[in-house]
Amino acid sequence: MAQLTYRESVSLAIAQSMRKDQKVFFMGEDVGAAGGVFKATVGLLDEFGPERIKDCPISEQAILGAAMGAAMSGLRPIAEIMFSDFLAVCWDIIANQIAKTRYMSDGQINIPLVIRTANGGGSKFGAQHSQSLENWSMAIPGLKVVAPSSPRDVLGLMASSVQDPDPVIFYEHKSLYAMKEELDKTDIEIPLGQANIMHKGNDVLLIGLGLMAQRAKKAAEILKEKFNVDATVLDLRTLVPLDLQSIKREAKKCGQVITVEENPRLCGWGAEISSLIIEHCFKDLKGPIKRITTPHIPLPSADILEDNTIPSVDVIVDETLTKLKIKKEK
Amino acid sequence: MNSKNINDDIGESTRLKLWETMLKLRLTEKKAYDLFLQNLIKGTSHLALGQEAIGATFGVLLEKGDYTFCTYRGHNHTLARGSSIVGVLGELMGRQCGLMRGKGGSMHLTDVENGVMGSYAIIGAHIPIANGTALASQYNKTSEVTVCFFGDGTTNIGAFHEALNMAQVWKLPIVFVCENNLYMEYTAIGDVTAVEHPAADRASAYGMEKIIVDGNDADEMYRISKKAIDKAREGNGPSLIEAKTYRHSGHSRADPGKYRPDEEVKDWVENKDPIKIYRQRLKDFNINETKINSIEEDMIRQVEEATEMAKSSPIPDIKEIYTDVWADGGSEWHN
Ligand SMILES: Cc1ncc(C[n+]2csc(CCOP(=O)(O)OP(=O)(O)O)c2C)c(N)n1
Ligand SMILES: [Mg+2]
Repeated sequence: MAQLTYRESVSLAIAQSMRKDQKVFFMGEDVGAAGGVFKATVGLLDEFGPERIKDCPISEQAILGAAMGAAMSGLRPIAEIMFSDFLAVCWDIIANQIAKTRYMSDGQINIPLVIRTANGGGSKFGAQHSQSLENWSMAIPGLKVVAPSSPRDVLGLMASSVQDPDPVIFYEHKSLYAMKEELDKTDIEIPLGQANIMHKGNDVLLIGLGLMAQRAKKAAEILKEKFNVDATVLDLRTLVPLDLQSIKREAKKCGQVITVEENPRLCGWGAEISSLIIEHCFKDLKGPIKRITTPHIPLPSADILEDNTIPSVDVIVDETLTKLKIKKEK
Repeated sequence: MNSKNINDDIGESTRLKLWETMLKLRLTEKKAYDLFLQNLIKGTSHLALGQEAIGATFGVLLEKGDYTFCTYRGHNHTLARGSSIVGVLGELMGRQCGLMRGKGGSMHLTDVENGVMGSYAIIGAHIPIANGTALASQYNKTSEVTVCFFGDGTTNIGAFHEALNMAQVWKLPIVFVCENNLYMEYTAIGDVTAVEHPAADRASAYGMEKIIVDGNDADEMYRISKKAIDKAREGNGPSLIEAKTYRHSGHSRADPGKYRPDEEVKDWVENKDPIKIYRQRLKDFNINETKINSIEEDMIRQVEEATEMAKSSPIPDIKEIYTDVWADGGSEWHN
C-alpha cells in the first residue's frame, strides 16, 4: 500500500517508464534540478542524471522539434510544456509536424512521444495560465489525447502513453496535483480508450474529464444522498481514442445525459460526444442532452470571477436537478 | 563617476524623480508581499524587488504617449509609467478598483491611458507586438517611442530573434530592454544559454550595438537609456540594452528561491540594492537628508492610503464575467 499524490504519481510514472526502457528520456523547462514548477518531476534528475533528464531553455519550438526528431529515430521522448496555454507557442510543431508526418510519409515514420502539460483552472492565474485545452488537440487528426483525473490514472495512462506508437498529449490538471490516493500497486497500465465508471446509477449519466470528472463524482454523491437521484459518472480519461462503446451503453441505460466540461462552450469535447450520442442512441434519450461548460469567455483572474465561471459541484447538482425536473428543497 | 556637482547631465530634479519613482515601486511591491501573507492577494504574483532602477528610469524618461510593454513581472513598469498604486494593488487583490477590475490580474496589468500597453505572461509574445506600436508611430510619422521589457530567459525564444531582426530591418523607433536577473524561473540562465550575455551577445546578429549596463545603478541606467530613446525618437532605429540586475525574492509567490546560493543573494541584497545605492548617491551629492527621507515618508503614506482604499473597494460584480469579450461590451455569440 502506498499513498501517493497526483504530482508524485507523475514523477513515479515517468521513472517507471524510464527504468523499463532505456529509450525513454524526459525534457522540459525547470524540470531537472528544480523538479518542475509544480514539483511533479522531483527526484528524476537524481535517479537518471542529466543525459536522460534534460533542462531546457525557454524554447518550446526547439523542445518539441527535438522531441519529434528523437522519436523519428526511435527514441521515446517525454517532453513537458509547463502550462498547456504555452502549447500555442509550439502549435506548428504539434499540429503540422508531429500529427501529420506519419500519414504524409505513408507510414514510413513513427512518432512515439508524449507531451505532458499542466492544464486547467482553479488557481486564479488569469486567462493565459488557466485554460482547458483538450479540445484543441482533439481537433487534429494524428494526436492522441489523454487527461487523467486521479493518481492511479496518471500512473496507468502514462505507462500506456509512453508505450504507444503514436504521439500523445497528456493533460495533467493543476488543481489535482495535491490529490491523494491509496494504491496497492503502482506499476500499472490502463489502456488508452477505456473510460472509467466512477459512480453507478440509472437516472442520469454525467460524463466528465479531468477535474470535472472528480466534481461530477462529488455531485453524484450529493444527488444520491440528498435527492435520491442515481447518477452514473463516466470519466472519459482519453478523448482520442474514445471509448464510444461505454458512452453508448451508459447513455442508453440512463436516457438522460449531461456533459461536464471545463472548456469554454464552443466546440468543447462535449459537443462531439453529444453528437455521437444523438447519432447512436437517439431513440433511448428521454430528453435533450445538457452541456455544462465554462461560459464562452477568456478566464478572468479575480477569485470571485474565476470561481463563478468554471463549473462547480453545486452547479452540477443544480443543473442535474433542473434537467430531471426535481425541485431543490431547502 | 560621481562628480561632486549634482548639476551634471542628470541634475537634481531628475535624480529626485528617480528616487521617488524607485520608492514607489519598492514600497508598493513590499506591500503586495504583505498582502499575500494576509491572504488578501490570491493567484500568483511575480515581484521585481531589486530591479526598480530599470523600470523607474524609463518611467522618468518617457513622455506621455510613449508605449511600454512588459511581462508578468510588470507591476514595477506599470507603476513607473504613472499608474495609480490603488489601481495596481486593487487588481492584485481582485477588487473593483483594480486597473482591469479583476479581469486580468497580476500578470496582465494594462493601463493604456498611461501608455502601459499590457503585461504579457507568455514568454516573448510581447516583443513582436511591441514592434507593432513602433511601426504605427513610424507609419503615422509621429514621434512616440516604444519600450519593451523582458527577462534574460526570454532571449532563448524564437519570437525575440524574429522581432529584433524585423525592428532593425525597418529601423523601428523601439528600445528593447533585457533585465538580466541571472535566472529564468528556477534555472540559472548560464546553464541553458550558448553565450555569456544572453541579450548583448546576440545584438551583433541583428546589426545592433552591444550594450551592457549596471541595471541597479539608476544614473548609469538613465544615461544609457536616454541615448537609446533619443536615437529611436530621432528615427535612427532600435537598440537592445542588457541591464544586469537581480530579483531579491523568488520567481513567484510560491517560490522560496532555494536554487540560488545564499552568498549570492546576500551580496545583491546588501551591496547592490538599487535603493541603497541611490540613497548613498544622493547623500554623496550633498542632498539634504531631510529631503531624501521626506520623499520616502511621503511615499510610505501614499502606499498606506492606497492599500486602505483597495481594501475597502468592493469585489467585482459577478456580472463582470460576461462583459467585454466583444467590442460591443458583451459576450453573446448567438442570436
Ligand atoms: C512560452 C512560455 N514558456 C514558459 C513560460 C513559463 N515561465 C514563466 S516566467 C519564466 C522565466 C522567464 O525568465 P526571464 O525571461 O529571465 O524573466 P524573469 O522571470 O527572470 O523576469 C518561464 C519559463 C511562459 N510563461 N511562457
Ligand atoms: Mg530572468
